[in-house]
Amino acid sequence: MIEKIMLVSLALFMVAIALLLYRIIKGPTLPDRAIAIDTIGVNLISAIAIVSIVLKTKAFLEAILILGVLAFIGTIAFSKYIERGVIVERKSRD
Amino acid sequence: MSESQGIEWIAVLLILFGSIVSVISAFGMLRLPDVYTRSHAATKSATLSVLCCLLGAFIYFWSHDGYVSVRLILGIIFTFITAPVAGHLVCRAAYRSRVPLAEGSGDDALKVVLFGSETEEEPKDKLVGLKVEEDLSPEKKDHNQT
Repeated sequence: MIEKIMLVSLALFMVAIALLLYRIIKGPTLPDRAIAIDTIGVNLISAIAIVSIVLKTKAFLEAILILGVLAFIGTIAFSKYIERGVIVERKSRD
Repeated sequence: MSESQGIEWIAVLLILFGSIVSVISAFGMLRLPDVYTRSHAATKSATLSVLCCLLGAFIYFWSHDGYVSVRLILGIIFTFITAPVAGHLVCRAAYRSRVPLAEGSGDDALKVVLFGSETEEEPKDKLVGLKVEEDLSPEKKDHNQT
């Protein structure tokens, strides 16, 4: 019973990721896509937690931390690109 | 034995609640009309769903295996700190790159502060145009009458 509920919630997360993929493809502006990618990363974190419960292993718990850091840094880089046009800024005035 | 099973059920229900909230957030991402309202749906609900899901996994591992996972706690804290920051940054970048608001949204007080010079010039032009039209219209009426 517990495993069935876990699989149902995993399927719900996959439905959410599919809906967000529609937003990424359709999204009218670039910030829409950035927000959707950030939300997909956040959903993948919790999907990995459920997978590690279903498979009865603790090996995937490091992936949660790494994916969280990567999603955050990717969103920051996207927002910087949207705002200024460059990601890595160099000092123009010395 | 029954007590640990009850705790496991609490963890499973937390995870189920988290997944339902995530689906609701994805529907908000589809249905809302604007970047800013979409970021409201995405950030707030995704944070709640991830918090519930990771807390459920933590409780499940704690009661089932007796294993206190520090990585899950670190993941909860990190997500809880970084998700609002990322949402705020994307919204700021969207406003500064002049993504328009949705139709039917109310007053935009920040627009005058950020892009003040342009918005102050535009109404004057509109007023001048209106005055010109008002000046023209009586003459036309006169012409029509004469």
